[in-house]
Amino acid sequence: MADYKMHLLVCGGTGCKASESEQIRDNLLAEVENHDLTDEVQVVMTGCFGFCEKGPIVKVLPDNTFYVQVKPEDAVTIVEEHLVKGRQVNHLLYRDPENDKPVSDSKHMDFYKKQVRIALRNCGFINPENIDEYIARDGYAALAKCLSEQTPQEVIDEIKRSGQRGRGGGGFPTGLKWEITSKSVADQKYVVCNADEGDPGAFMDRSILEGDPHSVIEAMAICGYCTGSSKGLVYIRAEYPLAIQRLKTAITQAREYGLLGEKIFGTPFCFDITLRYGAGAFVCGEETALIHSMEGLRGEPTFKPPFPSESGYLGKPTTVNNVETLASIPVIINKGAGFFSSIGTEKSKGTKVFALAGKINNVGLIEVPMGTTLREVIFDIGGGIKGGKKFKAVQTGGPSGGCLTNSFLDTPIDYDNLISAGSMMGSGGMIVMDEDDCMVSIAKFYLEFTLDESCGKCTPCRIGNKRLFEMLDKITKGLGNEEDLTRLRTLCKVIKDTSLCGLGQTSPNPILSTLDNFFDEYLAHVRDHKCPAGQCKSLVKYTINNDKCTGCTLCFRNCPVGAITGEKRSPHYIDNSICIKCGVCYDKCKFDAVSVS
Amino acid sequence: MNKIKSLDDLRQLREGMQAKIKLRESGDNAENIVRIKVAMSTCGIASGAKEIMTYLMDELEQHSIEAVVSQTGCMGYCFAEPTIEVTLPGKDPIVFGDVDKYRAAEIIEKYIIHNELVDGILPANYRTIDN
Ligand SMILES: Cc1cc2nc3c(=O)[nH]c(=O)nc-3n(C[C@H](O)[C@H](O)[C@H](O)COP(=O)(O)O)c2cc1C
Ligand code: SF4
Ligand code: SF4
Repeated sequence: MADYKMHLLVCGGTGCKASESEQIRDNLLAEVENHDLTDEVQVVMTGCFGFCEKGPIVKVLPDNTFYVQVKPEDAVTIVEEHLVKGRQVNHLLYRDPENDKPVSDSKHMDFYKKQVRIALRNCGFINPENIDEYIARDGYAALAKCLSEQTPQEVIDEIKRSGQRGRGGGGFPTGLKWEITSKSVADQKYVVCNADEGDPGAFMDRSILEGDPHSVIEAMAICGYCTGSSKGLVYIRAEYPLAIQRLKTAITQAREYGLLGEKIFGTPFCFDITLRYGAGAFVCGEETALIHSMEGLRGEPTFKPPFPSESGYLGKPTTVNNVETLASIPVIINKGAGFFSSIGTEKSKGTKVFALAGKINNVGLIEVPMGTTLREVIFDIGGGIKGGKKFKAVQTGGPSGGCLTNSFLDTPIDYDNLISAGSMMGSGGMIVMDEDDCMVSIAKFYLEFTLDESCGKCTPCRIGNKRLFEMLDKITKGLGNEEDLTRLRTLCKVIKDTSLCGLGQTSPNPILSTLDNFFDEYLAHVRDHKCPAGQCKSLVKYTINNDKCTGCTLCFRNCPVGAITGEKRSPHYIDNSICIKCGVCYDKCKFDAVSVS
Repeated sequence: MNKIKSLDDLRQLREGMQAKIKLRESGDNAENIVRIKVAMSTCGIASGAKEIMTYLMDELEQHSIEAVVSQTGCMGYCFAEPTIEVTLPGKDPIVFGDVDKYRAAEIIEKYIIHNELVDGILPANYRTIDN
């Protein structure tokens, strides 16, 4: 039986496959055989390394050598030099972009440092249903340190120094928020964890609660100590059953160990946590609406001030923090504010979790230092665009954000840069779009979402967004005109300026940013009544090319509505008044005779 | 369960647990301990992680391989769920993606028993804060 001493890993991601990685594997296999090494060396195809810009990639184990931009003919050199003679092939090694020196061990490559896990430190590492594993990874040590060695103000100062800002979207400094609550005087105060997570495409909070619930519990207790609260509430949407179950298990275990309850760590500090379930309304993620919902009132936002830190749940001072914000707190205490503030940009410290979705190869959850560029996130970590298509835009900040185009790919991501680019951080959803996406339809999609989720309290948000949606709908149906574009803009501005809460104030952002960045596409819809991406069904026209059509009757037999006529062996025609634009004829035709325009 | 009443109690528990986890990870006294983590988050479970976990346990027992199979949270490779991470004694952990029963059997047969890699490994692309 073979006992392999070495493994050659060949990237099998779409990008690398397109550049002949299968041929590379076959050549490597052949070479390995030529040198009689089949019993010692195994060649394996892997998933995407995420490093598509330098693909195809070949990695050699156990020494972690990382070869980039390998060509099929390099297989000979790799086998002869590296495997037989034990010498690395210098010209194929990855070079450090800064000093151009070859990096031989992939563990030293910057690429692997692009993702740094703080909030996700235990996700995928420990068993979330076992408190002992959390404790083994320094769990509850931060709480113990605070209770036994530091005063509440000292802890608050530490958090302030770390530069931590809220990850729920607003980016408010966490230390300052805690300080305000701690200075408010009341007989009872509350700590609330906002686990409503309503952005379409965002699932970072859910993953943290499912993968590391104790980090949130510990942070809530620390917040309770700092602000003088003995009661914690987690507002979580009922659609997250697994997160709820894990959180419940974790709370029970923490109580059994005495880490929640009376006299924690033998000190006078008492703290306990209960869960509150939300019905899954986006607006209930807004902190004042969330508090009303917990009070049993309608989930509608109210005017701020007073801020929850002064008057929140049941009129008492309440600190509302996002799940991800909380999950990083124990690290700040354990490793010090300096550690946290050494990561990130001048005004945005630490790391941020993003949920990558849309037309991207590595759909998933990533955590990168603030200041990482969109290019690094999308092309290096995310593995580039699906199917080798062209990148068009990325939507950050969900329905409140905007889309960013090519020209922003090298902008470092932080709160302030995203805002000046016309978008926002939001909770960290990133939806990637490729050349096939129609930007007007994308704006319409987000508007439809806000329309459903508006609580209806303010007229501009309730009725204005409806009108915006109707205008977009008209445009995608080819019924719009150029004045509609001006009207869109004006109405967007009015809604932004006159809505009460963040939902209304930001709902026009997807329209405004697509108008700014893709005005041509809007123009094509209203002036030429064409959808350049071919997405808007009403604007698409199917025609059969007389020269190519062989009269095979395949389309005729497949059209569901009988829109196609024609004799056998002579060209066919589509009656566009009947056609429902299902695209079946286009897919079925073997002679490429059907075209879309 | 004993209550943790002081920092010292916590330290003791942590040290005890660390030793236990380390033992599992490096398997320095038990040569044959294989450690498998199954990503059981919503996306993992939706794509069948639960069945894979049971299947792995059954199969490993059938082969009399001493192994610890445990669940964990999302590893971030949502595009390739279910994912499992296999750590053989004295080796770096390796993550396998799109693990169905067929692939699970293959991983046990080839990687765990014969140290052969199988296609579809997911390269780790992040750094944790402890190293
Ligand atoms: C419409 C709307 C929806 C929101 N949804 C969420 C949410 O789902 N989760 C969240 O943490 N914050 C959400 N927020 C932000 C909260 O109001 C609040 O700022 C945040 O929970 C504070 O926590 P942080 O300082 O830790 O970010 C939302 C805000 C608005 C205006
Ligand atoms: S802006 Fe919209 S969601 Fe916010 S309070 Fe007004 S109506 Fe409700
Ligand atoms: S697009 Fe569909 S409905 Fe229209 S002609 Fe082709 S098959 Fe018929």
